[in-house]
Amino acid sequence: MDMNSFSPMMPTSPLSMINQVKFEDEPDLKDLFITVDEPESHVTTIETFITYRIITKTSRGEFDSSEFEVRRRYQDFLWLKGKLEEAHPTLIIPPLPEKFIVKGMVERFNDDFIETRRKALHKFLNRIADHPTLTFNEDFKVFLTAQAWELSSHKKQGPGLLSRMGQTVRAVAMSMRGVKSRPEEFMEMNNFIEIFSQKINLIDKISQRIYKEEREYSDEMKEYGPIHVLWSASEEDLVDTLKGVASCIDKCCKATEKRMSGLSEALLPVVHEYVLYSEMLMGVMKRRDQIQAELDSKVEALTYKKADTDLLTEEIGKLEDKVECANNALKADWERWKHNMQNDIKSAFTDMAEENIHYYEQIILLQVIMSIRR
Amino acid sequence: MTENNFWLKKIEISVSEAEKRTGRNAMNMQETYTAYLIETRSVDHTDGQSVLTDSLWRRYSEFELLRNYLLVYYPHVVVPPLPEKRAEFVWHKLSADNMDPDFVERRRIGLENFLLRVASHPILCRDKIFYLFLTQEGNWKETVNETGFQLKADSRLKALNATFRVKNPDKRFTELKHYSDELQSVISHLLRVRARVADRLYGVYKVHGNYGRVFSEWSAIEKEMGDGLQSAGHHMDVYASSIDDILEDEEHYADQLKEYLFYAEALRAVCRKHELMQYDLEMAAQDLASKKQQCEELATGTVRTFSLKGMTTKLFGQETPEQREARIKVLEEQINEGEQQLKSKNLEGREFVKNAWADIERFKEQKNHDLKEALISYAVMQISMCKKGIQVWTNAKECFSKM
Repeated sequence: MDMNSFSPMMPTSPLSMINQVKFEDEPDLKDLFITVDEPESHVTTIETFITYRIITKTSRGEFDSSEFEVRRRYQDFLWLKGKLEEAHPTLIIPPLPEKFIVKGMVERFNDDFIETRRKALHKFLNRIADHPTLTFNEDFKVFLTAQAWELSSHKKQGPGLLSRMGQTVRAVAMSMRGVKSRPEEFMEMNNFIEIFSQKINLIDKISQRIYKEEREYSDEMKEYGPIHVLWSASEEDLVDTLKGVASCIDKCCKATEKRMSGLSEALLPVVHEYVLYSEMLMGVMKRRDQIQAELDSKVEALTYKKADTDLLTEEIGKLEDKVECANNALKADWERWKHNMQNDIKSAFTDMAEENIHYYEQIILLQVIMSIRR
Repeated sequence: MTENNFWLKKIEISVSEAEKRTGRNAMNMQETYTAYLIETRSVDHTDGQSVLTDSLWRRYSEFELLRNYLLVYYPHVVVPPLPEKRAEFVWHKLSADNMDPDFVERRRIGLENFLLRVASHPILCRDKIFYLFLTQEGNWKETVNETGFQLKADSRLKALNATFRVKNPDKRFTELKHYSDELQSVISHLLRVRARVADRLYGVYKVHGNYGRVFSEWSAIEKEMGDGLQSAGHHMDVYASSIDDILEDEEHYADQLKEYLFYAEALRAVCRKHELMQYDLEMAAQDLASKKQQCEELATGTVRTFSLKGMTTKLFGQETPEQREARIKVLEEQINEGEQQLKSKNLEGREFVKNAWADIERFKEQKNHDLKEALISYAVMQISMCKKGIQVWTNAKECFSKM
């Protein structure tokens, strides 16, 4: 397989993208490896912020080198996401971790918060790298390779803030129109997205709650065990039995801690990512509807002969292509996203079940030893 | 239901039912209470067949009356305690209401346990009032009150006084008192924390139940994942509801510990009786010694101790030799009486210590055996909980991996 056949020069026609879908996520073909680590705090007179180290290793020809190391802050990730959304309005861009955590933490630079964010940012970049289209995006390449000053100057290019704002206002008005003429398959998709979003949010809350309850259970157990040791001091004949119970409770505590860490490593981040994904999906749906609405308004204009018909016909032709492209891109990416989602969810919950089995297996061993002692 | 192992060898006692009743109390007001059915069976040794010989209903207050009677008449015995009057060490799910069916059920078991303990006690099982409690439904309360046991009871104030003022209690009883204080303190603490642990565990299990509902709703929109989600959700429901039985079993374990919490009080009662008797003895000895001294002073004419008579004599003139003789005679009589009393009190005291200590040794063995059994049964309960957990999660894992 010639790696260079996947160069950005290739036309991104719907057909070629479908072909690309088949080859995604095969480890042998992976030629871009990214890690996000080493969060560092920077203090200036105006602000304090965290940067993360990003190491990229690649064998792709279009990269000047095979290894890159840069530092990026959250703002830079936001910029990248914005650019990707602009370039591919109907592709499912991976979600970024939230700007702030609403509940609980006041301190932005709490260690857990930073670690959770680091992992999510790592996921974000790798998901882009694995995406058949997004992986070849130019801004993505700049993000991974440019030095700080190079990135700054690159960011300054492109449409200004004011024009982008103007577009947004029009877009909202447009999207309402696009909903009405939405084709059947996208109605289904939208329905799925709505329900999925509800359910995944609930699962996120439930999972967080379980973590909290387990934490409180573990805390109480820490007090429970030592009481038995205290008791053994006044009971000559029961010393062994009491100390045995205390040691069982103690190990149960440790097993619970392990179960909790399994939960926070595997299940919680995955579920939370899909909560953010569901928000993304609603945005993608809106953008598709906007594109559709643009076409519809021109078609309506032609019907009422509001302007120059030749010009309109030409514009309509272009917009029809645009709509077809957008719809096909979304359809293909949707299938890919669903497939990944199923795998991720399946994997996360299977891991959770495995953790629980392991937890009970550990405890049962201790209790059996305990009950044999007579 | 277990067989009595001492005197009433052929008797089986059980508290088999509990029933809600309404009636009128002493102030003629309507009240609701629970009555318990006590059945006594005699067992034929040859074929093990049991025949119902007595069956009657008693309420909790009658059990209390029986126990108070036993406390007064057998002060040297560590009298088995009753199950708690009100639910304590409650974790949030349990109702503290005395009418709650779970509480009533646990109390039924506790009352049966009490009767079995009394029936298997070498001394208590011979008691007539206890026998009548099991066999004579009507009039039993009157019979108990006729014994006048309330009058014989030592006043709390007297006992408290003795505790502070006794000079030479038997060291073993002092140690026993300390032990019972420690036992009470540590078991209370343990039960409190256990209740909190139970509460938390309940939370962990029940929250998993929410997965069941959400998975089920989600499965409606999924084609490939739908079945797996749905059946996994079912297992989450099973997991969530399994905690109810687990914690119910743990309640029985807690009850076993509670029995020994209350036994600590029974131990202290025996110690208090000893202190009272010892104090009484010390007072009697002191009184005797002072009378002897008075007598000696009168006889020899020297006044070493202060006495009112001595003062008034000094102030109002000496008494006649006849008067003095009379007084000496009275004192000598009192001294004689006093010496007899002291002898018998000493004997009583030694008997009490001997008998009490024998029962305490019996109690200690019972306690060590029972607590060990209870703690091991706790471990067995945990094993059962783990087995259930493994099964549920293995099933869930299978469903997840098929999604």
